[in-house]
Amino acid sequence: MTAVSDVVAFACLLAGAALCLTAGLGLVRFPDVLSRMHAGTKPQVLGVLLVMVGGAIRLDGWANAWMLLLVAAFQLLTAPVSAHLISRVAYRRRHVRRDLLLVDEYGGPGRQDARYHGDEPGDAPPEQPAPQPS
Amino acid sequence: MTIVQFALYALIGGGALLALVRLAIGPSLLDRVVATDTLLVIISAGLAVHVALERDPTVVPVLVVVSLLAFVGSVSVARYIGGMLLRARSEDGRDLGLPVAAEEREAGS
Repeated sequence: MTAVSDVVAFACLLAGAALCLTAGLGLVRFPDVLSRMHAGTKPQVLGVLLVMVGGAIRLDGWANAWMLLLVAAFQLLTAPVSAHLISRVAYRRRHVRRDLLLVDEYGGPGRQDARYHGDEPGDAPPEQPAPQPS
Repeated sequence: MTIVQFALYALIGGGALLALVRLAIGPSLLDRVVATDTLLVIISAGLAVHVALERDPTVVPVLVVVSLLAFVGSVSVARYIGGMLLRARSEDGRDLGLPVAAEEREAGS
């Protein structure tokens, strides 16, 4: 019984750790902020859940298992909020490679980010010429 | 079992190192925010792996703190960058308005 639970726990831990490595690889190799966020969110939900399940199987007692479950619940609650905020700011600040987008529902005339100020990535293509100073 | 331990620590350490690479070379502030968020998650996963391997529940409360700190840090920096947005005008001179953070700031002053 102990051997079986250990095997399950180590399988969960290995899967979570592999997701951490894929997050690092995606962070390094992907082209812009949104796709890097897509890669980085893998261990935020599934990786942490798997690692917490493995830890809860390995540890004795319900107190530690509930605390690990609390960590997993915090991750599930907070990951969408922070991802939403970062992606909204990234869209407004030209951190998005628009030539790689398939659907761009915010595009078109009248969008708020027709001009950009401040923190822009160095390789961002100029989308519109700056308007004349009035 | 030693091989499994080595593989776990190697996978998590590799992920953390690659996140650090993105944190160092990230061309913009938001890339670094995303990399920091991912790095904190990887650190909490590494702490949980240590807990599971050693069967030692000492650092389990630290996990809760680290997961909450990751959220607070990324949200505050994202709000800060959003507040750095300036007033944008469309091509015919019509003012498109401010995003919410800057709007509140201007109304307060």
